[in-house]
Amino acid sequence: MSDQTSPKSRREALRCMAFGGAGTLFALAGGVFTPVDLAVAATDRQRAARAGKPLFVQISDTHIGFNKEANPDVGGTLARSIGLVNAMPEQPALIIHTGDITHLSKPAEFDVAQQMLAGLKTAELHTVPGEHDTTDPTVTEYLNRFGKNSDNRGYYSFDHAGVHFVALVNVLQFKPGGLGTLGPEQLAWVSGDLKGRSASTPIVVFAHMPLWSVYEPWGWGTGDAPQLLTLLRRFGSVTVLNGHIHQIVQKVEGNVTFHTARSTAYPQPVAGVGAGPGPLKVPADQLPAMLGVTSVSVVRHPRSLALSDATLA
Amino acid sequence: MSLRRLLSVSAMVTVLQGSPLATEATAVASPAPSTIVVAKDFMFAPASLTVRAGSTVTWTNSDDEPHSVVGEAGLFRSGALDTGESFSFRFDRPGTYRYTCSIHPRMVGTIVVE
Repeated sequence: MSDQTSPKSRREALRCMAFGGAGTLFALAGGVFTPVDLAVAATDRQRAARAGKPLFVQISDTHIGFNKEANPDVGGTLARSIGLVNAMPEQPALIIHTGDITHLSKPAEFDVAQQMLAGLKTAELHTVPGEHDTTDPTVTEYLNRFGKNSDNRGYYSFDHAGVHFVALVNVLQFKPGGLGTLGPEQLAWVSGDLKGRSASTPIVVFAHMPLWSVYEPWGWGTGDAPQLLTLLRRFGSVTVLNGHIHQIVQKVEGNVTFHTARSTAYPQPVAGVGAGPGPLKVPADQLPAMLGVTSVSVVRHPRSLALSDATLA
Repeated sequence: MSLRRLLSVSAMVTVLQGSPLATEATAVASPAPSTIVVAKDFMFAPASLTVRAGSTVTWTNSDDEPHSVVGEAGLFRSGALDTGESFSFRFDRPGTYRYTCSIHPRMVGTIVVE
């Protein structure tokens, strides 16, 4: 990059660097993933077309109701995230929200979040709850709004474009000192749900807390996730999407790709830095680069899914 | 000594012997003071607190992140406590009560009621 590089092209170069980093990571998994930056896709239709049809966009950790110094305007940054998605040249078929829709599970927070998410051009929204959405004793506020397609269990599955989606809840059975928990009942349901499905079916599993151990001292993991992964290993393409930690962490294990999304509200510290996983205060001009959404596309040859992350910067 | 005072003293003695029924009598006759637990830096402080039966414990959140107070056995449960918000519960019966923050379950605490 020369010193004459314009701010715009420098920004795009930085995006390409980010793209290259993610591409390398996925290439190590067998070369089947071709991440493309969502923001670049919005201005480069050919490249977006090469990346495949956008299947869905993951939005996470919108934390409507948060108003502290780390981001006093979470409504504003969610609105910008929605604008980013609506600007995609080809709209995704689905939107997935991986939880912490609200900050304090308050009815007014859910109402604002629902009204804002209704501004997405893509109407089909699938959600899972985060622990911030379920602090009322009966989880009524979340389930009254988002529990209809799961008989108020919170976990469910559906199919779209040949991809099988499994939405899981790992924020309701906390034990003191423990990690997230799926629980035996939900695991038995997953086992039944996957039974008989062809191993060539692409699987997308999403839940709020990481379904792998990112950092146990901060509870960034799910204690009984290994039992879930045992059920998933026979499938040729498994994509596991989570939120909760407000930053991108990725891992590839065999045919399973794990990916955590950025928040649209505020960043959190890197694992183990500071007292705990609270809101991270950064200079205002750095905040947009730490917030964003994830886009997932279908890649036809070979059939798999490609992930890309976009920031508000 | 009045009958009321006598009952209270009698109850206090019985408390030491561990009778839950007598503990409640003590609580009525001689309410114990409120005690504060602070949630700060993703920890409850003090992590273990011993109080007399009938005491009210108040938890206050001093973090920028919300916390909650959820008793392991379901006896008490706050909603999400935002910064500066509090939740109180009166412990009438002796026992050991473990609790956690449902938002950050690594945060744990214990109230020992004597």
